Amino acid sequence: MAAPTTVDLSDALIAAPVPLAHWLAILPVAHCITLGAVLLMLRGYPRVQAWLAISGLAGLALIDAALLAKVAAEGPLTMVMGRWLPPFGIAFTVDLFGALMTFTAALAALAGGIYALADIGQSGRRYGFFPLLMLLMAGVTGAFLTGDIFNLYVWFEVLLISSFGLIILGSEREQIDGALKYAVLNLIATTLFLICVGILYAAFGTLNMADIAARARDLRGTAPLMTLASLFLLAFGMKAAAFPVNFWLPAAYHTPRIVVSALFAGLLTKVGIYALIRVIVMLLPVERAELSPLIALAAAATIVVGALGALAENDIRRLFGYVVISGIGNMLAGVALGGVSGLGGISGAVFYALHSMVLMTALYLAAGEIARRGGGFSLSALGGLYRQSGGFTALSLVLFLAACGLPPFSGFWPKVMLVKASLDSGAWWLAAAILVGGFLTTIAFGRLFLLVYWRPAAMVLAPSRANWRTGLPLAALTALVIGFGILPERLLALSQSAAAGLVEPGAYLHSVFPGGAR
Amino acid sequence: MMEPLLSILVGLFFAAAIYLLLSKFSIRIVLGIAILGNAVNLLLFTGGRLTRGVPPIIPAGLETLPVGAANPLPQALILTAIVISFSFLAFLLVLTYRAYQDLGTDDTNDMRAAEPDDRPQPPLGY
Repeated sequence: MAAPTTVDLSDALIAAPVPLAHWLAILPVAHCITLGAVLLMLRGYPRVQAWLAISGLAGLALIDAALLAKVAAEGPLTMVMGRWLPPFGIAFTVDLFGALMTFTAALAALAGGIYALADIGQSGRRYGFFPLLMLLMAGVTGAFLTGDIFNLYVWFEVLLISSFGLIILGSEREQIDGALKYAVLNLIATTLFLICVGILYAAFGTLNMADIAARARDLRGTAPLMTLASLFLLAFGMKAAAFPVNFWLPAAYHTPRIVVSALFAGLLTKVGIYALIRVIVMLLPVERAELSPLIALAAAATIVVGALGALAENDIRRLFGYVVISGIGNMLAGVALGGVSGLGGISGAVFYALHSMVLMTALYLAAGEIARRGGGFSLSALGGLYRQSGGFTALSLVLFLAACGLPPFSGFWPKVMLVKASLDSGAWWLAAAILVGGFLTTIAFGRLFLLVYWRPAAMVLAPSRANWRTGLPLAALTALVIGFGILPERLLALSQSAAAGLVEPGAYLHSVFPGGAR
Repeated sequence: MMEPLLSILVGLFFAAAIYLLLSKFSIRIVLGIAILGNAVNLLLFTGGRLTRGVPPIIPAGLETLPVGAANPLPQALILTAIVISFSFLAFLLVLTYRAYQDLGTDDTNDMRAAEPDDRPQPPLGY
């Protein structure tokens, strides 16, 4: 704190307004929070509220698309709150990784919002489904866009409290039971994250991510960075449901309304993975390399445990919950491989996360459609869906094949990247775990398809009318899955440059400190 | 000189919190979370370094803080964390009470409504 009595304040006294384009960095979050508040005031008008929420989510997708286009064209974008110079002001720094994740999350949320028109009835809407959904999106979006690690914690809490509201929507016994476990374990995980932030602040004296990344080099050797990296790994692993700390997910994700399950499966665990990649790969790369064997072990265990769990379940929603866990294992494998062998690991994890957001949302929405048509979620009772609707069967098959990682759908490419990266770096057992996990998942989905679609129904199902509110989001997400699978080049290039931006964060740092780090 | 003492206190808080979290009764778990939140607040406070006497206000005529001024940032962080952990605790208390009413137990071993022990196995044949 010993400073000269006169300092050059010219940098801090800029009165020029923020360039209009920079507002794009904060606009998605501001949009969500404002709309959430407005929707809360409209709770007496469920119809207006629903349509305003849908158009708001569509607007969010448009804003995120504009942000992604800008970031892809011009590189990372920073806006500092109140024009306080970084590292003192809270910075929103959007790089390609964050922009890609935000945009995909907005698409998944839009699909979920449309599906909710059919799934969430009057009482659910009066209870606040749509305002909570918008606030959940505010938390998710904020977590993807922020450039300040304490601010990341705040967004985690925003999305957590909204998710609590969503998970107990309906207040059934199962929901209370699932919600209690979900709430306690996730709260402990975020508190663990706050502990990490406290220790990090004690060691670095700063909370700005770009500043941390720049200073980590000098502090290596004096500060307990390994301890920090391990704690971060545990905290975010818990949020993401990685193997030894994954048990809250199957205990809770089958209890809420199906559209809530879909959004949770699509978005929340991916926020954990995002934060893990952001902190471990970008801020503490040397420690990541050190921890790599441990992460790889956890990844392999997560993949196999998830796939085995999927084989053992009778309830479709719980089966899908284990598929979510297995997918988390694949992304962790990418984190473990890192950027050593040609960025394959990180870009594979980024691609997998984007694919997984779309696919997991679609899978749970398909589960809802199965229940609407077949009258339940139990593998032992369902049957005869193929006879009832060939179109829905084809659509489900696409999603199932994508979840197994079979070509030509979107799950295939990230797995290819991850297997190639693990073989390149000599981790044959990690490649084997990814492939065995894919094989076991294929068996689980094959049995599901056989039983639910091909097996003759116990009684003849009444022909179910297609409903655009459920059909449109499912079809749109499936189209994305097919599109990513057949034309992966654009997304591949994007996730590769996102990974490059994480491994070499020079552009990110420059966007926060245009004059060079202090 | 205050830092080692406070560090030990933080450790004791964490120990008590973890002990309570390991209990199988939901109300003790909630109490454990309350203590955990306070432990973290103290940790943030200690992490910002402790100084005595000089408030973080720039005196008239100077442009920077006087030497040895307290660090104001941890207080902002703690204030945020207190508000968040307080609201979460309120939510958790209601949820725990509701779980006790609906499930008829506060023993987490008996809370099997979402995952009953007699779940059917998936069919083995066609």
